[in-house]
Amino acid sequence: MGLVDKRLNVWNEHFPSSKELGHDLLNIGIIVFPGSNCDRDCAHVVSKVMGQSAHFIWHQETSVKGMDAIVLPGGFSYGDYLRTGSIARFSPIMETVIEFANRGGLVLGICNGFQILLEAGLLPGAMLRNKDLSFICEEVYVRVENSDTPFTNQCQPGQILKLPIAHADGNYYTDPVTLSALQANAQIIFRYCDEDGNAMSTANPNGSLDNIAGIRNSQGNVLGLMPHPERCAEMILGNQDGLPIFKSLLTSLKGNASVSV
Amino acid sequence: MKAKIYVTLKDGIHDPQGRAVQQSLHMMGFDGVQDVRMGKFLEVDLQATEKESAEIQIKSMCQKLLANVVIEDFRYELIDP
Repeated sequence: MGLVDKRLNVWNEHFPSSKELGHDLLNIGIIVFPGSNCDRDCAHVVSKVMGQSAHFIWHQETSVKGMDAIVLPGGFSYGDYLRTGSIARFSPIMETVIEFANRGGLVLGICNGFQILLEAGLLPGAMLRNKDLSFICEEVYVRVENSDTPFTNQCQPGQILKLPIAHADGNYYTDPVTLSALQANAQIIFRYCDEDGNAMSTANPNGSLDNIAGIRNSQGNVLGLMPHPERCAEMILGNQDGLPIFKSLLTSLKGNASVSV
Repeated sequence: MKAKIYVTLKDGIHDPQGRAVQQSLHMMGFDGVQDVRMGKFLEVDLQATEKESAEIQIKSMCQKLLANVVIEDFRYELIDP
């Protein structure tokens, strides 16, 4: 058994699958690329906080069978070589993820995951280097622009969330025609804002177009966001503003978000 | 067959790295620098010996991986061994 298999098995021991816990749990597949580093935080929230079943799926697998939703976690897949997310986009698992998304399956891309979704064309646009060239690691405010999505149905419209960001390439860009379409179709889901909810340029950490922090596809089943909700889903971390996003996913898949949190 | 590939940001795409380089050049005394745009240069060594076949491959590589056609342009030169 290779080192990778051994490590994934150890992780999967800490996050028991639905085989042990019964089939009434949701199965959330978390794709692990070489260089992904937020996969375990995602699995922790899915299993320990939300009480569901987290499954690590190595990027060379070719099936997401049995998964109710897919998460592309944050990190530095392939060291961000060439362009961030550009090589991960061609990992064997991505063909299946794309099919899953095209069939309407829910896909959540966080940070590097968002970048991979853009490179894969599952979301429109591209990421540029942050306007001021720095890697930014701080808490920012985002405003929920659309609470009628599988990822934000537990949020209020206009709700302000304080979420951490940690990225060097979060400067979202798309052409003017696509931007108009995103605006018209309510595909902009999160915008950077100040603590009062004003989406001004001074509240924009990375120069992204229209203060865009997260978007969905036109079908509404794929969401990408630069902030890390998995880093703020428990009060012990001092901030659980990320929790509504996971609760929304749960509600969308189960019809309710009852968990013992 | 060797291919020299140049990947550059499209016109109008903000280039903060280019601007940082320009500012550094100004500080060094090169006041006449009006603009700097940074791109990528790649050399790809292909088994193919026919230009037509090599060109088809290189173009496909550029469109799919080497350039992000949302924000980048590419051009290439094919050099006979």
